[in-house]
Amino acid sequence: MEVISTCKERTSTLQFRGELDHHNAKEAIRRMEQIVAAALPKQLILDFAGVTFMDSSGIALAVRAQRQMNALGGNAALCNVPSQAKKVFDAAGINRMVPILEEEKGK
Amino acid sequence: MKVKPNNYIAMEFLSRSVNEGFARAAVAAFAAQLDPTLEEIGDIKTAVSEAVTNAIVHAYPDELGKINVRAAIFEGNVLEITVRDWGCGIADVDKAREPLFTTGGEERSGMGFTIMESFMDSLTVRSKMQRGTVVTMKRKIAVRAGRR
Repeated sequence: MEVISTCKERTSTLQFRGELDHHNAKEAIRRMEQIVAAALPKQLILDFAGVTFMDSSGIALAVRAQRQMNALGGNAALCNVPSQAKKVFDAAGINRMVPILEEEKGK
Repeated sequence: MKVKPNNYIAMEFLSRSVNEGFARAAVAAFAAQLDPTLEEIGDIKTAVSEAVTNAIVHAYPDELGKINVRAAIFEGNVLEITVRDWGCGIADVDKAREPLFTTGGEERSGMGFTIMESFMDSLTVRSKMQRGTVVTMKRKIAVRAGRR
């Protein structure tokens, strides 16, 4: 799984590309945490446009992102979530912890 | 009398996490003959991924073991998926099925069984300590208008 980060005015955007399952999640979470620890953003956007498949590992990743951001006094949000991944997030009621933005910020 | 399937596949693989993608793709390819919608295929792949991941993470925590996945098609467009392992077993199945309950690491959410339940029509879990676990899921694929 590929993770591409861009940072602009204390907002970090992470683009995830590929299949997000248990096999790929550990590495994706590690990458995400490294990027956040280095950039110290106020807001973290998890862009899922390139996620071709996601299981409950994606829930763990989003929750981890929100915890890390809250510890830094910021927050995390999801955007461009494809319908298959959205269904998994909805089954877990992710909106209570990590909001899903309707449109990508700044577009 | 046991009802015989119209068609089935069976596969066996080692409990390496790299096989999660293979297992869900193989079941999805087999299910394609039922002419499912993209959403139905997504649901099936997700449920298979959760069941196989459970076996990989929990059944064989300190070793590699054997996982068997069987997909069968029964009369009435019903797809049945069975994921079997010969691992350590689940101590309390009811507890394991509760949302957010996990004995896994921080990359696990405890939502696996909840997702299998909500994405499939039925889910049964049979487990015996030190003997293994069998997860059986069923999903009826709607026959769409215009299909044959």
